[in-house]
Amino acid sequence: MHIAVLMKSVPDLVEDIALDEHEGQILFDEMSYVPSEWDDQALEEALVIKEESGAEVTAVSIETQDSDNLLFTALAKGSDNAVKLVGDFDLSLTNRQRAQIFADYLHKQPFDLILSGVQAIDDVDGQIPGLVAGIMGWPHASVVTEVRVKDQGIILRQEYAGGLVAEIESSTPVVVGIQAARKPPRYASIAKVRQVAKSRQIEEVEVPLSNVPALTVRRFYKPVASAHAEMVDGDVEDVAARIAEILQERNLLRR
Amino acid sequence: MGPILIVMENGASGFVDSSKELITKGREIAKNLEISSIAVGFGQDAESQLKNLPVDRVIAITNPELSQYHPLAYEKTLSEIVKKEEPYLTLVANTTMGMDLGAGVASSVSLPLIAYCNQVAIAGQEVVATSSVFAGKLMAEIVVPKSGAVLTVMPGAWSATEDSGSPQVDVLSVDIPPSMRILRTIEPEKSDVDITKADILISVGRGIEGPENLTLAEELAEAIGGVVSCSRPVVDAGWLPKSRQVGKSGQTVKPKLYMAFGISGAPEHQQGMKDADLIIAVNTDENASIMDIAHFGTTVDMLELMPALTERLRGE
Ligand SMILES: Cc1cc2nc3c(=O)[nH]c(=O)nc-3n(C[C@H](O)[C@H](O)[C@H](O)COP(=O)(O)OP(=O)(O)OC[C@H]3O[C@@H](n4cnc5c(N)ncnc54)[C@H](O)[C@@H]3O)c2cc1C
Repeated sequence: MHIAVLMKSVPDLVEDIALDEHEGQILFDEMSYVPSEWDDQALEEALVIKEESGAEVTAVSIETQDSDNLLFTALAKGSDNAVKLVGDFDLSLTNRQRAQIFADYLHKQPFDLILSGVQAIDDVDGQIPGLVAGIMGWPHASVVTEVRVKDQGIILRQEYAGGLVAEIESSTPVVVGIQAARKPPRYASIAKVRQVAKSRQIEEVEVPLSNVPALTVRRFYKPVASAHAEMVDGDVEDVAARIAEILQERNLLRR
Repeated sequence: MGPILIVMENGASGFVDSSKELITKGREIAKNLEISSIAVGFGQDAESQLKNLPVDRVIAITNPELSQYHPLAYEKTLSEIVKKEEPYLTLVANTTMGMDLGAGVASSVSLPLIAYCNQVAIAGQEVVATSSVFAGKLMAEIVVPKSGAVLTVMPGAWSATEDSGSPQVDVLSVDIPPSMRILRTIEPEKSDVDITKADILISVGRGIEGPENLTLAEELAEAIGGVVSCSRPVVDAGWLPKSRQVGKSGQTVKPKLYMAFGISGAPEHQQGMKDADLIIAVNTDENASIMDIAHFGTTVDMLELMPALTERLRGE
């Protein structure tokens, strides 16, 4: 089984999103980036499959600011190969463009299983797994929490509201959007990533940027919350006292 | 301009609420734009469930196997319908099914997709959709292209009315591609507590840091007479069972009191708890999204506040 994991970085929400409020445009170059948490889950599931039944795992990312670090981290965690898709790209790539770039690369490769995160925080024009599958004409399933190899195909678990799960058998090739891996994502120390960056290579593959259906985002803006919580200040004891009072006022304390 | 096409999702009994919301709103948009409305449903009950919807036309795909979502068969069928009907807007609820289906259909028919949509407004000749992105921290205002788009709409974005109508009914059955097969569905494990029935929920998120701190939440729950629930990462880490999860892929709750400890308030979490009578949020980040829907908030450390509050409640 040859698995590709499609990965990207997204703005770190611990910091404020850099926004030109006048123009309503995101300032992509003024933010720091972290790996998309669901792509991390997808990589973990791929590595679990590899350990369980043997597979070759290739982490694939599109060259933008942080892709080398993302890919070296994937290698440090146990990915067999790392591929960087290079071209005339920048951080403002839409997901639809990303999906097309991934698909253009994947078409020429012998992958059986493509994993990626179920969503990303910035995928306003759609989620990578469904978009890539639609372009390739491959079957896909998203919001998946488990993938196991069986004979020539896979068995996956897809989740619905209320925790209902369907077990689905699929032939390959297939694209799967991972919600959560069977285990929490493993950690690679900075030292290990540095060492890998010295000893391993990232393969670069040039991919053109083709035309794709585009959305015109007229503006991005910060939502004006219809309300904000009334803040309870003070030290822990003050806060505990005030909360007890609030609960008391509303008859929420049993006597 | 083509019609509005609305995709209905089957729930435990009838269509899910988020699909009914699409019918109400879809009909309103159709009326304003003077275009027709079509609803599509799947499964053995599709015809009987669709035939009273207040739309112009319904398409029932009556294969009994499709009562249950089948990713490939739904996508192929819907893509064919979109190619044939050339709808201006295709509306799918942004449920776990809709997230799967929307992107696949849009890209296989080469239409743009507008995801996480929670508003559609008609302004003169333009239809403008607004989407919630970056975990709810930004809104994106998007002009729907004249050539059409697929929209995945946040559950709860609109309210549903229970109107009925008498649409033209088309019935068909489709070939189910053999390359994907549903083996079985698994109900979530039944547990000792049903968080949807609790009046008070002490809910913990990633801020709990580790399973060793869960006793703090359990002690507080016991002192206040509530039960412990949680956000998804706590379940994914294996610290609490799935039955305790609040949100899109967990339970929807409406307790008298919901205390959110170390939960950021992602849209998928809010979807399951935003209608609680009283929400108190404990989060070191004053700008966390949970503060926008909480009635009271505090930024003290939850790991210190939980025992302090427990002690106080026990003392009273
Ligand atoms: C299809 C899909 C379905 C999903 N379904 C669900 C669902 O059903 N339920 C759900 O919850 N999520 C769901 N999610 C995940 C969701 O997107 C978020 O990732 C998740 O809700 C975040 O959980 P959290 O708030 O606990 O963690 P985080 O977002 O990491 O937030 C932790 C918070 O704790 C605060 N904190 C940290 N330490 C402390 C401290 N000592 N004291 C006080 N505050 C502290 C931080 O400031 C932060 O705000 C779903 C996602 C997808 C894609």
